[in-house]
Amino acid sequence: MRAHFTTSRLLVVIMFLSLMVASLWLAPHAMAADPSAEIGQAVGTVDADTWRQVKDGDNSIDSRHDSNYNLINQSGETWRQIRNRWISPGGLIALGGMLAVLAIFYLLVGRNDLDHPRSGKLMLRWTALERAMHWTLATLFLILAITGINLLWGKFVFRNIFGDVFWANMIMATKLAHNYLGPLFSIMLILVLAKWLSLNLPKKHDFEWFRQGGGMIKGKHPDAGFANGGEKAWYWILASVGLVVIVSGLVMDFPIFGQTRDVMQWTNAFHGIASLILIAVSFGHIYIGTAGTEGALEGMKTGYVDETWAKQHHNLWYDEVKQAEAADPQSDPATAPDDALARQQRPN
Amino acid sequence: MAQMKFLCDAERCIECNGCVTACKNANETEWGIQRRRVVTLDDGKPSEVSISVACMHCDDAPCMAVCPTECFYKTDDGIVLHDKDICIGCGYCLYACPFGAPQFPQQGAFGERGKMDKCTFCAGGPAESPEEEYEKYGANRISEGKLPLCAEMCSTKALLAGDAETVSDIFRQRVVYRGHEDGAWSPVDKASHPDTSANLTTSSVTHQADSLAYDAARKG
Repeated sequence: MRAHFTTSRLLVVIMFLSLMVASLWLAPHAMAADPSAEIGQAVGTVDADTWRQVKDGDNSIDSRHDSNYNLINQSGETWRQIRNRWISPGGLIALGGMLAVLAIFYLLVGRNDLDHPRSGKLMLRWTALERAMHWTLATLFLILAITGINLLWGKFVFRNIFGDVFWANMIMATKLAHNYLGPLFSIMLILVLAKWLSLNLPKKHDFEWFRQGGGMIKGKHPDAGFANGGEKAWYWILASVGLVVIVSGLVMDFPIFGQTRDVMQWTNAFHGIASLILIAVSFGHIYIGTAGTEGALEGMKTGYVDETWAKQHHNLWYDEVKQAEAADPQSDPATAPDDALARQQRPN
Repeated sequence: MAQMKFLCDAERCIECNGCVTACKNANETEWGIQRRRVVTLDDGKPSEVSISVACMHCDDAPCMAVCPTECFYKTDDGIVLHDKDICIGCGYCLYACPFGAPQFPQQGAFGERGKMDKCTFCAGGPAESPEEEYEKYGANRISEGKLPLCAEMCSTKALLAGDAETVSDIFRQRVVYRGHEDGAWSPVDKASHPDTSANLTTSSVTHQADSLAYDAARKG
């Protein structure tokens, strides 16, 4: 028993001593690292190529199961600056500036009134189908514009006024409305563009119309067909900028086709710029169609315009309709408002 | 107050993905959501290097700047958190984030994004009760006086979490005692430095510590 105890104590002492010796030998290696050996094992030098990999994601793997991300998303900051520094304030200037210009124009020049008293005779301008299409598109446009503006600037206003709960519900409803009505707007816009393409093909007199400022200053009434130069410009803005808005919107609305983060950034920037342009120009369209021109809203409300109005604003169209009537005295536009007749009344 | 930061020592990271698993376990995130990821450059080559990434709780956080709902906020500890009741899942934070931190459960129709989820530095988020907080945001270890589980469980202590000054002090010390100039991120060509031990007197170590500290501060 005693011998065994001595043996085990001796063993402990030997182990301790050998550890001491070992640590003396190991000490220089463990305590003060050997720099040259360290360099040999160290992580590779961080050079330009490494930073390129960090940025581009070449030769890099990611443990997240479906990740296609690089290590550092450099374009994120670019997008942030474009959105917050340019699109956001720029849009405010564009929309505010447009409203200010229209207000000043209204105060200085006033409404574009009819030069002669109303004849009381009506002409069919927009069929029921066209009016339905117009107002559907207009309603969707307004909802999308308001919700889009709320997504861009709403946070600066409504949360402070109404508090968190109201804001949470409001912005969620905004997003849902924007995302779900967007595709409907896209379809409507395409249909409207297709329907009115033939009416909006540019003609020679349209350039003259623009040269004379569209007769915005009182007293001048340049030649205009069924659609004047301004209406055709609005059409082609919708056909170009509008298409950018709907294509970019659809790309963002359905993030299930493998769109990358960079694609989403650019799409978002284009969507913002294009839709703000569209909203700014729509202010002009709305002004001219309501407060700016006597009798213009009637056409889109009832489908009919007074002959005096037609003669003043769309003289070429008026002349053509009158010639057609002279050729076929049976037809009376005021009593036969159908689509076939409307087509017959039009130059195209 | 403290300024909480993560720091991943790429020299130590062995791509074990322990941090990823620890995070997933601590926060019981939704299926498909993985708040932390490990990125490896030059996999399988001698120059292979790995780094663990999650939300870095930026000082000037791009997600906060672009969020249309202002659902983000910063705690006194410098942790970037967000309110899932206000989030609408627009994805802007993901577009802006340098680190790919925000993720969205995609269970809605047409791939509509759900409420954004990201690393909370194990600090939970705004909720009525602890149960609701855990359900929505995962663990709140900070309130218990603990650090994020990813860093606590890192087997090589590559991933450090804590107050920025403490974390960077630890890292700076490591760099100095590794005894070579490119231990951090400074672009030093290895081949031109076959042996630096001759210069490593005590005073030069101190001097090097100073210059590296400067270097770390300058290069972030």
